[in-house]
Amino acid sequence: MAALPAAAAPPAATPLVRLRGIGKRFGPVTVLRGVDLDLFAGEVLVLAGENGAGKSTLIKILGGVHTDFEGTIEIAGRPVRPRSPLEAAALGVAIIFQELSLVPTLSVADNIFLGRPRTRYGFVDGTAQREAARRLLEQLGLDLDVVRRVKDLPLAQQQLTEIAKALARDARVIVMDEPTSALNAPEVEKLFRLIADLKARGRAVVYITHKMEEIGRIADRLCVLRDGEHVGTAPAAELPPARLLNWMVGREVEEQFPRHAAQPGPERLLVEEFSVWRGGRAVVREVSLQAHAGEILGVAGLQGSGASDLFAGLFGAGHGAVSGRVWLDGRPLDLAGPRRAIDQGLAWLTNDRKTTGLVLPLSIIANTTLADLPHLAPGGWRQPTRERAVTRELGARLALRAASLDLEVEALSGGNQQKVVLMKWLQTRPRVLLLDEPTRGIDVGAKREIYQLLHDLTARGLAILLISSELPELLALSDRIVVLHRGRLTAHFNRAEATPERVLAAAMGGT
Amino acid sequence: MTLASLTAKVTRRGGVGRWWANPASRAFLALVLVLVLGCVFHAEGAFFKAGTHRDALRQASVFGILACGMTLVIISGGIDLAVGSVLALVAVSFSLLSIHQGWTPALAVPVCLALGALCGGVAGGLTAGFRLQPFIATLAMMVFARGLAKTLSGGMKVSTAVRNPDGSYGYVPVPGVFRFIDSRILGDNLSVVTVIFVACALLTWLLLARHRWGRELYAIGGNEEAARLSGVPVVRTKVLAYAASGLLAAVAGICQAAQEQQGDPEAGAGYELTAIAIVVIGGTPLTGGRGGIGLTLLGTLTIGYLEKILSINAVPEASRLMLTGVIIVAAVLTQRRRRS
Repeated sequence: MAALPAAAAPPAATPLVRLRGIGKRFGPVTVLRGVDLDLFAGEVLVLAGENGAGKSTLIKILGGVHTDFEGTIEIAGRPVRPRSPLEAAALGVAIIFQELSLVPTLSVADNIFLGRPRTRYGFVDGTAQREAARRLLEQLGLDLDVVRRVKDLPLAQQQLTEIAKALARDARVIVMDEPTSALNAPEVEKLFRLIADLKARGRAVVYITHKMEEIGRIADRLCVLRDGEHVGTAPAAELPPARLLNWMVGREVEEQFPRHAAQPGPERLLVEEFSVWRGGRAVVREVSLQAHAGEILGVAGLQGSGASDLFAGLFGAGHGAVSGRVWLDGRPLDLAGPRRAIDQGLAWLTNDRKTTGLVLPLSIIANTTLADLPHLAPGGWRQPTRERAVTRELGARLALRAASLDLEVEALSGGNQQKVVLMKWLQTRPRVLLLDEPTRGIDVGAKREIYQLLHDLTARGLAILLISSELPELLALSDRIVVLHRGRLTAHFNRAEATPERVLAAAMGGT
Repeated sequence: MTLASLTAKVTRRGGVGRWWANPASRAFLALVLVLVLGCVFHAEGAFFKAGTHRDALRQASVFGILACGMTLVIISGGIDLAVGSVLALVAVSFSLLSIHQGWTPALAVPVCLALGALCGGVAGGLTAGFRLQPFIATLAMMVFARGLAKTLSGGMKVSTAVRNPDGSYGYVPVPGVFRFIDSRILGDNLSVVTVIFVACALLTWLLLARHRWGRELYAIGGNEEAARLSGVPVVRTKVLAYAASGLLAAVAGICQAAQEQQGDPEAGAGYELTAIAIVVIGGTPLTGGRGGIGLTLLGTLTIGYLEKILSINAVPEASRLMLTGVIIVAAVLTQRRRRS
């Protein structure tokens, strides 16, 4: 530490952190492969890549969250292998995660000193702690009341508390994962001044962002990951936006899922100036769009774009208010709740099958029939033979692989679980299908089968709205694409216009 | 090779492993073990007499009825602490109406059942509608119903002793419905309360296994948000589960009053815990979404027979309680789901 230059604008010769050959697998899925990365004192390195490129996994390895990985880590020339976040912190690595790691019921000061409280005679010394917290926040130029409970603070101030907590440990390496997602403009300015200050004090900052504008402002160097592999690292000046996008998108979009040119039929879904609120914030703002029978409309957007909230709002399942007008087949859509939505011909496959899609302890049959019980059990009494028959038929159509239809869905593979969710929604005979990440976390074979299914469904006249964070997939499947950025619809492409670069640029808020 | 790895290996393959992985077979095995225990410690042949079995079933029936309702609530992911107090409230009310007011059972029984269902429904409304935790909502109902039982009875047991206008006490005859419920049929071999218990179990089984409502109850217990997004009427389904539990507690209360020939406002204290223990020993997990009435039936028999065997062997109550505690832990340990 002492050897570091006071204000190291040009990177020092030896890296502060050296990652070599980092690899990580989750079961059969490889999410990182042979990533090399150097990090110098006094610089801001922006880690860029699409959703699922491996950015979060990489910093979780550095932060001691994932401990079984391949490769080596050196900090200040010493090989290390952090086995827990606490160990990583002791090594001088502080990570500010997107999901805040604060205890909501404790005060700001208590949170800042969580895990290593100031003590006196073995008891927490609240006065000293508050005083130290106050001094720290003052140094950082943050105006926070240290005795207030974190849960009573607005999200932006919680985020600032998280940052203060990381800095309180006097870390040498500070990783920020999309820190500005909840901040307003003046707070972002404050954060950027803070980062400049950290640089001047010889800290190394890793910054993850999806926003082009932020990259342009604070990046010294850029490191790009794609599909778990290191594409390259270059000084920011050598990587203008166009080239950066090219690095991020990279791969040729093969026609591995040929889509027949759609014959768009009549208008199925019409949405006008639709807004959705969540936690008092407008997360979808005055979005207008339409989808036709036989069409797949892609909805592109990075994290926080509001695409999933749009689906929740249309399904009547959000927890906040909505406004705007929606028609389905020319009739105004009643947004009273999921039951009404289903009855009107809407189905919503959520992006997390385990927490919102499936009832894991129940059988394949029970899950498949759950949303359609009013029809399958007229008068209330269920008809097991009929339930089994419809499940078997849908299972055959989707090539479901299961030893028995009475199996708990918990025991199925990810791909087969996803098929069960699809079976549940197809059983309701929808006219409009809202699909949020239908292929997340499933193997290639099951993906292809789901693609095939989507084609068959559109051929039968369904309208599909599709969210996918895998850009090649979205581009290959969609007949048209609309792009959301911070809740607003910012761009619209037809099939011929939609190149990966253009869609990604629009999703990142560029033009 | 350790026993654990051997078990793991068997569990993965073979018929025995699959058999053991099924909670019903484990509950069944527990019952068989208890029965074997009875054959060994038969208390000079007492265990082999038909009357012993009849009494074991009779004594377990009230708990079994409560456990059926508890099973519904636990499958939905909740818990119902109020059943013991509701039992007392209904026992008092039923005695007041039948003995003192002279109501016909055709009127008194439905009114008492409705009272129990109302208590359960209110607790269910508090937890499903106002999002109070089930523990808190039913705890409040437990205290309230006990208080109401004491208010209605004036703190006294409601018996056949009736105060005359001149201040002296006289006895009125025990109502026929009391005597009927407390009687035996099939040549003295089966108690009527046991028949009532079996009927309750059959009805709840039918609802859980064959009715849309039962399926939706499992879905809510397994994943409430997924159920809601699938169009399941979550609030209504849950309120009905608590109301059903209250109704079954009322059935148990009527049986209890008939057996004691009086309405005791202190009756049923701690019965809710026995009912929970029966459900858990049967193998229905407290986490919800799994289990069933068949398991609860096995749990009722296990607990009922254990009690009977201990009592015919004159094991003091203090030791019986400790042993029951140990058995609950052992049952839950064997029934813990194994991770693959």
